[in-house]
Amino acid sequence: MKDPFMRNLIEQLKRALAISKKDALIYYTKPPVLIQGIMIPLLMFLSFCVGRNIPVASLVPGMVGMTLYFTSTSVVPVIAPWESRMKTLERLAASPISMSAIILGDVLASFLFGSIISIFSILIGLIIGAGVTDSLVLIVSVVLAALCFSSFGALLSSPPTDNVANVMMLSTLVKFALTFISGVFIPIEELPAWGRAVSLASPLTYLIDSLRYCFQRDNQCPVLLDITLLAAFTVAFLIAAIKLHERSLPKRL
Amino acid sequence: MHYLHFRLLDRIGACFTMNADNAVEASNLTKFFGDLVAVDHISFQVRSGEIFGFLGPNGAGKTTTIRMLTGVLKPDAGTASVMGYDIQREPLKAKQVMGIVPEISNAYIDLSAWQNLMFMGELYGVPKKRRVERADVLLKKLGLYERKDDLVKGFSKGMKQRLIICMALLNGPQILFLDEPTVGLDVQSSRMIRDVIRELNQKGTTVFLTTHNMEEANYLCDRIAVINHGRIAAIDTPEKLRRSIKGLQSVEVSFSKPVKTLHLSKLPKVNKVKKMGDKLRLYTDEPSDVVCSLVDYAKSNDLRIVTLNTLAPSLEDVYIKLIEGS
Repeated sequence: MKDPFMRNLIEQLKRALAISKKDALIYYTKPPVLIQGIMIPLLMFLSFCVGRNIPVASLVPGMVGMTLYFTSTSVVPVIAPWESRMKTLERLAASPISMSAIILGDVLASFLFGSIISIFSILIGLIIGAGVTDSLVLIVSVVLAALCFSSFGALLSSPPTDNVANVMMLSTLVKFALTFISGVFIPIEELPAWGRAVSLASPLTYLIDSLRYCFQRDNQCPVLLDITLLAAFTVAFLIAAIKLHERSLPKRL
Repeated sequence: MHYLHFRLLDRIGACFTMNADNAVEASNLTKFFGDLVAVDHISFQVRSGEIFGFLGPNGAGKTTTIRMLTGVLKPDAGTASVMGYDIQREPLKAKQVMGIVPEISNAYIDLSAWQNLMFMGELYGVPKKRRVERADVLLKKLGLYERKDDLVKGFSKGMKQRLIICMALLNGPQILFLDEPTVGLDVQSSRMIRDVIRELNQKGTTVFLTTHNMEEANYLCDRIAVINHGRIAAIDTPEKLRRSIKGLQSVEVSFSKPVKTLHLSKLPKVNKVKKMGDKLRLYTDEPSDVVCSLVDYAKSNDLRIVTLNTLAPSLEDVYIKLIEGS
């Protein structure tokens, strides 16, 4: 490779993959994390739906969306504060790796975790009788949403603190608030006017809408718009996360 | 506007003064934390191939300086280059040629020693075959090979510090930054780390070392900078620093019969006399003149000189004097 820019880009991508591998070894392959990743969204969803007469095809998009959303945003927000506390962040800051590559590495690990866990919830959906009407859109939506929520998780970890509990509190607050305005439990069309307006600002809204298209062709927005907006949210979250982490790094050390 | 103007001047100044023989060049390096000036316009050079000691009390600005030189913190003013790379303009290239041993061990405790080393190799872009070979050699050299597959959380402080040294050396750095590498370690680990530093330096690696340990600085360092309140109080070789402090040189003498200190304090060029057991220590700026005076004094008082030694001040004496003076 002669072009120094491309050579550097490829080198940084390789180092981002090293960060992903490290995250997977330290944070994602622990049995409690795996169990929590599957169980929490599933139990939350079941607690809402059990005893109600809701058709399976209407249940599954919410269950898959919840699983993907909660798993992709579960671990990545705690990595930066945890590594600040353990002083390993200083090692990364002193290594020849850019902040963009560090964040990309964290996002990729979270993306893989979210995508793999959501396969289980799609399988559960298929087992209980839901049918997929558009597999390609389902794959594109899940991949994009996993990247989007992982980037969102990285953004949530940007406040300059080494206190994991503070970040968890902020993260939980934002995550739950978005869940209730994104059509997971209550369809968007049944929300009050202010709720419908706020739901437009949530990326989860567009995932749920595209999943409704994939499982029951009952979407409110054109699916191409859902996918485009998910991609736009991903880019915006990723850029914001990189910029804010660059700014907060000196305060963490 | 003024700030930008100064930054530009710093950069122009750095370009003109850059010297290929220097591994580190710091020019007007400054860092504020709020209103506190942690590092106050310091300038110094570290020559390629030398062991450079950075001494100072707690809070003097040593760690902040090392963090600026290694690209972890951005300076508020001034410039620094490491192995010819400006740390602000080419941070990744500068970091690529460094090895860093921080004050607090920062290996991943949930990974094994081997996994930590492989991760470091990947972060520095060391090819797999080479990183495996180097990890083997380094773990054996620092006595950790038998524990390579154990999680770091089970390691003692000395073992963690030795692992950090392995991690810092995996990429074959041209310059090694060590921040208090032996503080709080057992004698065996400290000695092993000092031996590794010396051996690396003999093979051509430049070493930048902060330490509180005067003996360590004295025996390891080619040159020493003393920093206090963010400013450099002195930079020189340990020997020249010792000689530079007036009034700390002394002559120690003992006679065949007891002698009154008052008599000796009246000898020419003697600043102060202290009784040290059966010996007397005479502080002076001119030890050779005092030796002659003592010989004359012994002859005229019918005394026999039992011992006579000229003493240079210890590095610790010099350090205390410099810190008090600054």
